Amino acid sequence: MSGDGPVSDENQEQPPDEAALAGQQRLSEQVVRTGMFGTETSGDTSGYGGLQVRRAPLPSTPRPYGSYFDEITDALAARLTEDGTGFGDAVERVIVDRGELTLHVRREYLVAVARTLRDEPTLAFELCGGVSGVHYLNDIGRELHAVYHLVSITHNRRLRLEVSAPDADPHIPSVVDVYPGCNWHERETWDFFGIIFDGHPGLTRIEMPDDWKGHPQRKDYPLGGIPVEYRGATVPPPDERRSYT
Amino acid sequence: MTANTDAGAEGRVYNVGGQDWDEIVRAAQQAGDRSDHEHLIVNMGPQHPSTHGVLRLILTLDGETVTELRPVIGYLHTGIEKSMEFRTWTQGVTFCTRADYLSPIFNETAYCLAVEKLLGIEAEIPERASILRVLLMELNRIASHMTAIGTFGLELGATTVFLYAVRERENVLDLLELITGLRMNHAYVRPGGVSQDLPAGALDKLREFIGAVMPTQRRELRSLLDGAPLFLARTKDVAFLDLAGCMSLGVTGPLLRGTGLPWDLRKSQPYCGYETYEFDVPTQDTCDAYGRYLVRIDEVDESLKIIEQCLDRLAAGSADDPVMIQDKKIGWPARLALGPDGLGNSPDHIAHIMGQSMEALIHHFKLVTEGFRVPPGQVYVAVESPRGELGCHAVSDGGTRPYRAHFRDPSFTNLQAVSAMAEGGLVADVIAAVASIDPVLGGVDR
Repeated sequence: MSGDGPVSDENQEQPPDEAALAGQQRLSEQVVRTGMFGTETSGDTSGYGGLQVRRAPLPSTPRPYGSYFDEITDALAARLTEDGTGFGDAVERVIVDRGELTLHVRREYLVAVARTLRDEPTLAFELCGGVSGVHYLNDIGRELHAVYHLVSITHNRRLRLEVSAPDADPHIPSVVDVYPGCNWHERETWDFFGIIFDGHPGLTRIEMPDDWKGHPQRKDYPLGGIPVEYRGATVPPPDERRSYT
Repeated sequence: MTANTDAGAEGRVYNVGGQDWDEIVRAAQQAGDRSDHEHLIVNMGPQHPSTHGVLRLILTLDGETVTELRPVIGYLHTGIEKSMEFRTWTQGVTFCTRADYLSPIFNETAYCLAVEKLLGIEAEIPERASILRVLLMELNRIASHMTAIGTFGLELGATTVFLYAVRERENVLDLLELITGLRMNHAYVRPGGVSQDLPAGALDKLREFIGAVMPTQRRELRSLLDGAPLFLARTKDVAFLDLAGCMSLGVTGPLLRGTGLPWDLRKSQPYCGYETYEFDVPTQDTCDAYGRYLVRIDEVDESLKIIEQCLDRLAAGSADDPVMIQDKKIGWPARLALGPDGLGNSPDHIAHIMGQSMEALIHHFKLVTEGFRVPPGQVYVAVESPRGELGCHAVSDGGTRPYRAHFRDPSFTNLQAVSAMAEGGLVADVIAAVASIDPVLGGVDR
């Protein structure tokens, strides 16, 4: 039982174990949380103190998506393949959640995907509801997300595009050429999140003063505020109050 | 203030600070400036009576013609979206209601529908709460359109129109005060329902309003505007924006319906049970400022129709029907009650939690201090506000606070179109263009 186990393993040609590979991949993911009960100071006798929780694999919805979502993705895939871009290259993953379809698009292909969605008659997403930024502080390598809400008036459908960029390289191509209405929305997202939209005709601050430092809606930007006194008691500013999240 | 001149690469530039025209003329004469390409750059706003709020417009004029128009916004940015990330999901209502201050009920409803979709409780919202939401939204739509039409008149120089329209809005605000307790910033719509049922006597007041008050006053207002030659001259074929322009700029609402496209989210993607109400979507095909005015005033009629149907349904129901979700883990525990000193805590509820049920006290305490948790994910919910598609993009990380709440405010998107409408036109028509968009700067800047 002792010495010969590993030796025989080396000599045997075994097919790669899917589960083991998946496990390896899981272990290479980044650690997002350690410990269990939030205790750091007192002695932990439970043994859970050494727990390391790794980042969960990115979810993606398997087909069929239901509703009109299959139709949209099929039409988009057909058209993108025709144009020489693979659907799998352009769209990282598809998520159907709470009756809404989200296509996670790689940033290099955003403009091509948007143009196809607008121009292909079976898709016809004529109206872009604008861009909304989200800063996922713990999503290392994909911190900054730009979310586009598209509407097709012809087919009465909705679709969401989501593009991510790392904090170290916050560049996303601008869709102003495709949807001119995104001009101010992209300026707003630059102003609040620091996402640089390459190719925007005039990417300047829009809500904050021109000489403002920082991008206020990022999660690492403090809310600010002062304590308020009321009837002898002092209420701390909102970001210093007890939080339950 | 001295007029200083500066000969740069773009030719001679004169900076005017006011009351210094003589100096400018003298300086120009001395310099022998006979240039044919005189461009005047005029700063309009942010404190200007006809910019509809703290909107700043930088106009480049060639004589009376506007060659370039650049809107500057941000003067009313209050960080509502950021602040909401530091409050519970329920407290968020109090913040977002202040964004577009002329249509607070729509902000609240869009946000609450988004939270409810995140929670997956859309089917559990009580029927009476949905009717009340529709009722309040349509009342609010009338108030908002009245302000739009009134300020339209005021900005074009018709003070009487403004006074008439504001009088009518006042009637609506009285009703909103009766129902919600506040004229503006109601925080009436809450995740799971609405904060309270109609007070006693409200149905009669509402019936009087839609039956007698509003139709008469609306007729008076129409008689002032519809055929008035000056109003027609200032608005007809002015601030043109056609369907293609609206589509590419993302413009929705009365501007889009003014191009002949009957796109109304209440019909195309109904929410709050709008599919069960009978109403029409008014359109015009003139693509001009006058068409937008007609769409708005016709929408007031449709809103009155919807309100009437709401009242019938409310009268058919019972006052004991719930207006808040029955799920005790989400529904706000306390009801307000009218005491001798005004609206406040319900004594029955206080007696219940303090004297009878420990569990009720725990529930009350947990919900009020900590709030409820919302499963992670993101949703986008859009409602048809008086100005167009008002969308709420809500993101949850599974906590008791919104991870991100973004409002796609129609004023913000539509205001981009002002350059397309006004460039190439006369400087006086800029005012009509801005007024016909009806931007609310609270919503633009949030």
